[in-house]
Amino acid sequence: MCLSIPAEVITLKDDTALVSVNGLEVNVSTLLLDNLKTGDYVLIHSGFAIEIIDSEEAEKTLSVIRHMRISK
Amino acid sequence: MGRFDAYHSKVLCDHLCEQIHRLAKRPLRLMEVCGGHTMAIRKHGIPSLLPDIISLLSGPGCPVCVTSPSFIDQAIYLAGQSNMIICTYGDLLRVKGSNGSLEMARTEGKNVRVIFSALEALEMARREPEKMIIFLGIGFETTAPATAAVIIQAKKHAIRNFFVLSAHKLMAPAMEAIVSNDIPINGYICPGHVSAITGTSIYKKIVEDFRIGCVVSGFEPLDLLQTIFMLVRQAETDRPALDIQYSRVVKPWGNQKAIALMEEAFETVDDWWRGLGILNASGLKPKASYHEFDAAEVFQIPANNISDPEGCICGEILKGLQLPVDCRLFGKSCTPENPEGACMVSSEGSCQTYYHYEHRR
Repeated sequence: MCLSIPAEVITLKDDTALVSVNGLEVNVSTLLLDNLKTGDYVLIHSGFAIEIIDSEEAEKTLSVIRHMRISK
Repeated sequence: MGRFDAYHSKVLCDHLCEQIHRLAKRPLRLMEVCGGHTMAIRKHGIPSLLPDIISLLSGPGCPVCVTSPSFIDQAIYLAGQSNMIICTYGDLLRVKGSNGSLEMARTEGKNVRVIFSALEALEMARREPEKMIIFLGIGFETTAPATAAVIIQAKKHAIRNFFVLSAHKLMAPAMEAIVSNDIPINGYICPGHVSAITGTSIYKKIVEDFRIGCVVSGFEPLDLLQTIFMLVRQAETDRPALDIQYSRVVKPWGNQKAIALMEEAFETVDDWWRGLGILNASGLKPKASYHEFDAAEVFQIPANNISDPEGCICGEILKGLQLPVDCRLFGKSCTPENPEGACMVSSEGSCQTYYHYEHRR
């Protein structure tokens, strides 16, 4: 039920953002988020953008995994 | 997906699995409390990649599964009143109350409409002012802010024919109840999207008072494997901690705007959970200042207490004490096509995910 999907913000107007989910464009509410910008990746849950996805953090997590080494 | 494909990388998954196998020395029971995690773990076959000594359990993280059957009865009662329209997320449609489901009520001609967003219910109220629109608010902190935002909008725009029947619940009280009941758990895979809203402070008590590690996890295979690695490392070094694996989405302080909206519109109430009973301050209902939008306050709804179908062990499964395959109804009289218990109804219920991804292997 808490399933959320990533989407890219295309345009913003009042309390609504037009976002692209894998090329499919839908309007979502931005009532739960401030400071959204065009080009941001957001998580969409039941018609609302609930959080911005931080691309730098996404890369950092992968880098941590790549460099992980446990000796036996 | 696309942009985040790397989180499915087989090379990196193999690498993480190797590290987990090297690190894990003692038996561990790790519990997730999010329907999204239940599905992702089974869908990606994560248990089969882990050492046999690590068990993954599903806790009370599917809102549909823990909600009282009497909530369904109340919704069906309201759907039968003249001029009322029930708006619900699809997840709730097939859950049975004492006398059928909302889906059955709809086939009998009662006014039940499936929506994808709480805003659609508000829009319906604007469009059909002669009808009373009842939105069924269900879900944890991921979903509750949207309901709060809509209640606040309804007040702002003086929409008098919009109401919420709330079964919203808070995640942490149930997680605390599990560990207070001495159910053996060595670590929590914490829900990513609940935490995106709440931040991590809700898990502090579990880590500090109960000494159970809590790692907030994303939903891709690499996310889950890294989270399991972090929990194994905590357990092996006997240092339970509060950590965020899903840092691309979750901040320690959460989504402050969403939290503020929830605090504006809701107050906590004691609430009933399948398997756990009544937990203090574990549910949300509209505050007194928003009572005119609270269906439970405005309408006289008959109350009744009903129990689960005979033989159903959903309650024990939701506590991680038994597995779906331990239930004598599982796969026989209880299937996704004809579910008896709530955990088989929802696509993210333990029983339905087990049925799809484990039972047929």
